[in-house]
Amino acid sequence: MLLRHTPKEISERHALTINPAKTCQPIGAMYAALGINGCMPHSHGSQGCCAYHRSALTRHYKEPISAGTSSFTEGASVFGGQANLLQAIDNIFTIYEPEVVAVHTTCLSETIGDDLPQIIDKATKEGKVPKGKHVLYANTPSYVGSHVTGFSNMVKGMARVAESTGHKNGKVNIIPGWVEPADMEEIKRLAALIGVDIILFPDTSGILNGPLSGEYKMFPEGGVTIAQLRSAGDSIGTLALGEWCSADAARFLDTNNKVPCRVLDIPIGLKATDRFVDALRIIAGVSVPEEVTHERGQLVDMISDMHQYFFQKKVALAGDPDQLIAMVEFLVSIDMWPVHVVTGTPGKAFVARIKELTADLPFEVNVKADQQADMFLLHQWVKNEPVDLLLGNTYLKYISRDEDIPMVRWGFPILDRVGHQYFPTVGYKGALRLLEKILSALLDRKDRDDPEQSFELVM
Amino acid sequence: MSRLIFEERKDQFFETGGDKPFRISCDKQSLAGAVSQRACVFCGSRVVLYPIADALHLIHGPIGCASYTWDIRGALSSGPELHRYSFSTDLGETDVIFGGEGKLTRALDELIPRHQPKAAFVYSTCIVGLIGDDLQAVCKKATERHGIPVIPVMSEGFKGNKRAGYYAACKAMFQLVGTGATEGIPPMSVNLLGDFNLAGEIWIIREYLERMGVTVVANITGDGRVADLRRAHGAALNLVQCSGSTMELAKMMQGTYGTPFLRVSYLGADDMAQALYDVAEFFQSQTAMEKAQDLVREELAKIYPRLKRLRKDLEGKRAALYVGGAFKAFSLIKAFRLLGMKVMLAGSQTGTQEDYEELASICEPGTVIVDDANPLELMTYLIEKDVDVFVGGVKERPIAYKLGIGFCDHNHERKLALEGFVGMLNFAEEIHATAMSPVWRFTPRRALPELEEVAA
Repeated sequence: MLLRHTPKEISERHALTINPAKTCQPIGAMYAALGINGCMPHSHGSQGCCAYHRSALTRHYKEPISAGTSSFTEGASVFGGQANLLQAIDNIFTIYEPEVVAVHTTCLSETIGDDLPQIIDKATKEGKVPKGKHVLYANTPSYVGSHVTGFSNMVKGMARVAESTGHKNGKVNIIPGWVEPADMEEIKRLAALIGVDIILFPDTSGILNGPLSGEYKMFPEGGVTIAQLRSAGDSIGTLALGEWCSADAARFLDTNNKVPCRVLDIPIGLKATDRFVDALRIIAGVSVPEEVTHERGQLVDMISDMHQYFFQKKVALAGDPDQLIAMVEFLVSIDMWPVHVVTGTPGKAFVARIKELTADLPFEVNVKADQQADMFLLHQWVKNEPVDLLLGNTYLKYISRDEDIPMVRWGFPILDRVGHQYFPTVGYKGALRLLEKILSALLDRKDRDDPEQSFELVM
Repeated sequence: MSRLIFEERKDQFFETGGDKPFRISCDKQSLAGAVSQRACVFCGSRVVLYPIADALHLIHGPIGCASYTWDIRGALSSGPELHRYSFSTDLGETDVIFGGEGKLTRALDELIPRHQPKAAFVYSTCIVGLIGDDLQAVCKKATERHGIPVIPVMSEGFKGNKRAGYYAACKAMFQLVGTGATEGIPPMSVNLLGDFNLAGEIWIIREYLERMGVTVVANITGDGRVADLRRAHGAALNLVQCSGSTMELAKMMQGTYGTPFLRVSYLGADDMAQALYDVAEFFQSQTAMEKAQDLVREELAKIYPRLKRLRKDLEGKRAALYVGGAFKAFSLIKAFRLLGMKVMLAGSQTGTQEDYEELASICEPGTVIVDDANPLELMTYLIEKDVDVFVGGVKERPIAYKLGIGFCDHNHERKLALEGFVGMLNFAEEIHATAMSPVWRFTPRRALPELEEVAA
């Protein structure tokens, strides 16, 4: 029992996170920045932060991840990191020749009080930013929020590029939230099918799920361009998918550029996808195309074919707020019971929303979203009330093994399986894939555990 | 190609075989903006101490430092698994403003009674260095309250690179050494320093030494235990592998307790045998020497036939290696030689001047020696030197694969024990599996002509 040091009795904790269900802001900013065309993310802090984020993203995507670091020393920590960042910007543009450098801070540079806009302005004035190239930024103090907050902050950094010319471009901005490259592809596909011309940002498709080409490209094809980001200020509207990851940027465009926004859930599962498709359809002023209706029908078909196996199966989930909200709604809609839900990303609104989504269930769901909402607590909950399935990132595998509960890997990070780079979980197609994975986990377990007499060939 | 290397970094490269005398610049700060493969002080401390399985490892800082180091590599334990948990004070904004000492105290007071660790290591992070929490004082009081050593690890990330972290870890461990009883430790006894039991290596080495009649007192730190560290000063000799990480502890122990040390490497058949002979020689024991010779003979006989078979396929293939510390590179070069392979590129993140000089002296002419390389530089040389297998760590793996080059993780993510004689065979098997993989035939670099037509 790997987690044999976890007691069943739950005691109040005040000062501690054990086996976290979150990480810190900068990695979110780095992931978001990778969704910009020709962008070098830059970590303004110690070397370690950057190395950790690159390693974590590399393990998740199995792709090379490049990012610069300001390589703070004791001197920089006393006198400020301006000289480091100026030199870094100069070096990066000279050697690696990206189109964009996206700088994010760390706990170190935030606490010292480095002023990013001022430093970037200085770099520009000193000619360290070549003509036609850009530097974006986001403040991502590691001691506030979580990786989700960092993602949101960098997306807002992208929104700051938007300009309003007064002439609408007829496009819709879609902010997809922290989803996989395959999900971003799927969102583009759905929008194209419905006939909506979109600007998607960030867009990591093509960048973090590229082919083996025989070359190592620091900046693979793909990503939202600066021209597109600029034009986002002239769009007719913004759809933000997810309150935690995307809404800030959308509201910024609403206030600053008068681009009206709507915040939707990430389209995971039937109902959230319905709302997304409906929103696109209304914007395009068309009815839902046959192809999309067909996909929806296939999803409903699979749910009906297999609904007896979903019935009242208990699920424990760990992950990020936007994803969990959509997933909990999906589970409830197919008659599964989310009984324990944790996210390390703080937010009272999250707890309220989960309670609202599960209000009709015949039990009160255990949900927590703060410092002590970690995998240690989730494990204790599971020990006290066992479940049939675990849904979340790779770190759930310890609980899965110790308690002998099947698990489906979903979310970030996935360090021990593949597929998330290539197959979406958003949209109707994505929901089909999720169901397939959930069913396989449940039925594999049934096949393993059923007594000989009731072992079934046909299911 | 030349412009892929920073002008300022030119002297961090050297190609052997020319008429220039050896010169490389190293042990210097990475340039700001460079995509360095290096990490920080905290990282260095964490990797060294983490395998001590019955200690509590509490990270005092924002959550990231704990999240990114949560069980990311093998550190096999034959007993407790407490080290595989991630404990963090998860500092928030108010802590940064008002200080985190109270939180740290409460965290220790909660964790120590519940988990009953034999000692606690409290890691400092960047932010703690800035806000000025008095870690020493908090730890001292916790030691008094709980009756176990609570040891601060002064590993603020910005205070240097990984090497500085190794040093901080050694200083922390040195606080334990000398606090335990040494009765019953036989004269022929050693501590194993600088092996982390990523995939069970330390068990292999212990077994070899035991067969020679040598007792191992403390594993430092693979499958490590606090009680062993406390009595480590009772051992007659320190065997130091991976010189970067634990050499300082060996030096401290020599200074205070007069414990001599030997630098050894267990990678590759040559160096493994040499290590055992050096130990026997140190103890001036004819019996131990004979047993070592028997052992080497037996173990080589076990692996030799298979090794010969693998070598047949690998003869003449080209390797590149980019590792954390340069010392490992020496052994790897010899191991590749045993497989009949040529090393075209050898580099490290944190090598010293002496390391690189030695590296250059054992490499064949035409080998590129690099310090603190970035991905583009690595790619340039991998292609130019037409390499078949690249040995590196997590960040290098996908680069090799994108180029269509085989890869062996000799760092955190190794899955097979690569030390000892059995480790030499495992290494050969892994190199063979990747170098000979059929997948490369489908990649542009090695594509068969008929496949190219399909692709076209």
